[in-house]
Amino acid sequence: MNRKPMELVQKSLARRYRAERRFRFFGVVSVIIGVLALLVLFFEIFSSGLGAFRQTHIQLSVNFDPEILEITDAHDATQIRSGNYEGILRKALAQRFPQVSGRAAKRELNGLISIAAAYDLRAELADNPELLGQQKTYWVLADDDVDTYYKSLQGDKPFTARTSEARQAQIAELINQGEIRTQFNWRFFTSGDSSEPEMAGILGAVAGSLLTLLVTFVLSFPIGVAAAVYLEEYAPKNRFTDFIEVNIANLAAVPSIIFGLLGLAIFIGFFGMPRSIPLVGGLVLTLMTLPTIIISSRNAIKAVPPSIRDAAFGIGASKMQVILHHVLPLAMPGMLTGAIIGMAQALGETAPLLMIGMVAFIMDIPNSISDSATVLPVQIFLWSDSPERAFVERTSAAIMVLLVFLVCMNTLAVWLRKRLERRW
Amino acid sequence: MHDILEHKSRVSPKVDLPFMAPTHPIAEPGQRPFAADDYQTVGSPFVDKAKFAMRDVNVFYGEKQAVVNVSLDIAENEVIAMIGPSGCGKSTFLRCLNRMNDTIEACRVSGSIQLDGQEIYSSKMDVVPLRARVGMVFQKPNPFPKSIYENVAYGPKIHGLVNRRVDLDEIVETSLRRAGLWDEVKDRLDAPGTSLSGGQQQRLCIARTIAVSPEVILMDEPCSALDPIATAKIEELIAELSENYTIAIVTHSMQQAARVSHRTAYFHLGKLIEVNDTQKVFTTPDHPLTEAYITGRFG
Ligand SMILES: Nc1ncnc2c1ncn2[C@@H]1O[C@H](COP(=O)(O)OP(=O)(O)OP(=O)(O)O)[C@@H](O)[C@H]1O
Ligand SMILES: [Mg+2]
Repeated sequence: MNRKPMELVQKSLARRYRAERRFRFFGVVSVIIGVLALLVLFFEIFSSGLGAFRQTHIQLSVNFDPEILEITDAHDATQIRSGNYEGILRKALAQRFPQVSGRAAKRELNGLISIAAAYDLRAELADNPELLGQQKTYWVLADDDVDTYYKSLQGDKPFTARTSEARQAQIAELINQGEIRTQFNWRFFTSGDSSEPEMAGILGAVAGSLLTLLVTFVLSFPIGVAAAVYLEEYAPKNRFTDFIEVNIANLAAVPSIIFGLLGLAIFIGFFGMPRSIPLVGGLVLTLMTLPTIIISSRNAIKAVPPSIRDAAFGIGASKMQVILHHVLPLAMPGMLTGAIIGMAQALGETAPLLMIGMVAFIMDIPNSISDSATVLPVQIFLWSDSPERAFVERTSAAIMVLLVFLVCMNTLAVWLRKRLERRW
Repeated sequence: MHDILEHKSRVSPKVDLPFMAPTHPIAEPGQRPFAADDYQTVGSPFVDKAKFAMRDVNVFYGEKQAVVNVSLDIAENEVIAMIGPSGCGKSTFLRCLNRMNDTIEACRVSGSIQLDGQEIYSSKMDVVPLRARVGMVFQKPNPFPKSIYENVAYGPKIHGLVNRRVDLDEIVETSLRRAGLWDEVKDRLDAPGTSLSGGQQQRLCIARTIAVSPEVILMDEPCSALDPIATAKIEELIAELSENYTIAIVTHSMQQAARVSHRTAYFHLGKLIEVNDTQKVFTTPDHPLTEAYITGRFG
């Protein structure tokens, strides 16, 4: 009588441990699969995107010849603006490769460098008017095909599809003389989109994303918190509020493109707002993130210990004082975390923004919420769709920038929670 | 929202309280056996000068009735202990006295509860000043997640009792002194209230309650989470406070009830069975149920 139960327990114990080991094994396997997938993704993106952070430059000795430039006074802004900088670059190239002759060959030679080089020289002359008539050596930006070829030389199979034999020889000569190299690609972080890959940068999309997110946060956080407070604290529990509750949960699951269609119909169609501006993008993303923020804020409010409410009510605080002095401060970390996760979602959102025209090709960097703009994920989409090979690495680089933003936002969420959660 | 309106309208104003004769005659001690639907409180539930006068109070949680026809007076500056088995409605009854039950959606109260002759469940009664007059100390110490100073200063601040910082400092100090906590915390008023020990936290909660100078203090098992030494301190405190305050205390410790209270009320299944002088309740109770409870035959 006394021994028997113990024997049974022993027997079942072995089974229970086996089951537990199985259980743990499945957990470990799932974690490994997840981590592997993540590593592969990161490796893929980093290996193809790192190249974009360095850009090929060619050394050229340029003469700011007033005759070719057609500039008489280097202090005259109009003249500076309309100067023929391509001319002096062409001359510099012809001097570097005197053996090249013939129209076609010369045109190909001029294609070694990017048209951005001319803009750079213009800026240089505007800053230093005394350079007029002087000779100076510059590292000028190379064309994207040169860049792609030069970078591919490091690998085992150079990419020669868009580089002729003659040009390969020219590049080989430059390499021998040490007149070609890669430099850190500042331009990628300081300029907007461009149809020339070597000139295309991420700043326009980053600014567009930030402006859009700003609009989204400023609208969705207060509205979401106010709605959550009302629903949690004031709304009577009846069919109508149940209905609202169910619908908020449903809205959170609606595909985001629907919000894009809604935004298109309301903000652009009905209110006649312009397309592809961060204001409309932010409004659409507000509609999309509101359910998330409301739900997480309600959970945060629910998690405030009832004993604190009792304490405040018990001392004679009014409902509003209880909410403002006790409930909201305690719920704030949770609400902010929810909001930041909502923002991270919004940052990665593409589909609804396509619907409202934020997919347009925009070179300028937006300065306000009513300037035309695009956003990071849409920029990624646009570049991934471009035929130039140099855009491939830029696509990956843009993804890296997007990931950095997401990681920053999540870190911020964790940090805020830690900081505000100081539950004394 | 809805519920509050409803129970407000249910309260019939009884103008002649609190000096009104009991609505039902009090049974002779020990004479009447306990009957389920028609019962009478034995002992002396009514007093001459009542601070609180309750008549036929019923409390429902939805369909479930938690307090049944309770009529009781609480005298000024008296300490009344409420005892009874778990779930018999002591907390529910206590929470009626400052309308803390309002925060529970399903809770409905009927009957008459008067504080100094004012009906507290009437629509004219504002709960904010009511709760300033009738403070509450809860079973679990629940300091705000703020500094010790802020905890005590919160009540005076929201009620606008003081305008100047020095006055506030003074209130904080006197309240902490009266709660017997000053010497332990005077050097760390900025420390979080939750960094104190359980007993200290409970005394902080008492200090927070008395900082708004209430007339009545309700205590719901204030010592249940505390060790004997902290309990002794709080009991001492109750004895001191009873000079200025009216105190209603729910407790599971009969020794505690015997030590601190003047009168003791025994609840059973939502009914108020017996109210008598504490000494009498614990020596020669009138009702057999009370006797069974205090001699430990159930509860
Ligand atoms: N919020 C509530 N909702 C529904 N029923 C409740 C609620 N609070 C209490 N009750 C019920 O009311 C009855 C009385 O509860 P109450 O808390 O007043 O008992 P108590 O005498 O204080 O018990 P204890 O000594 O265990 O604290 C119990 O049956 C309980 O189940
Ligand atoms: Mg209780």
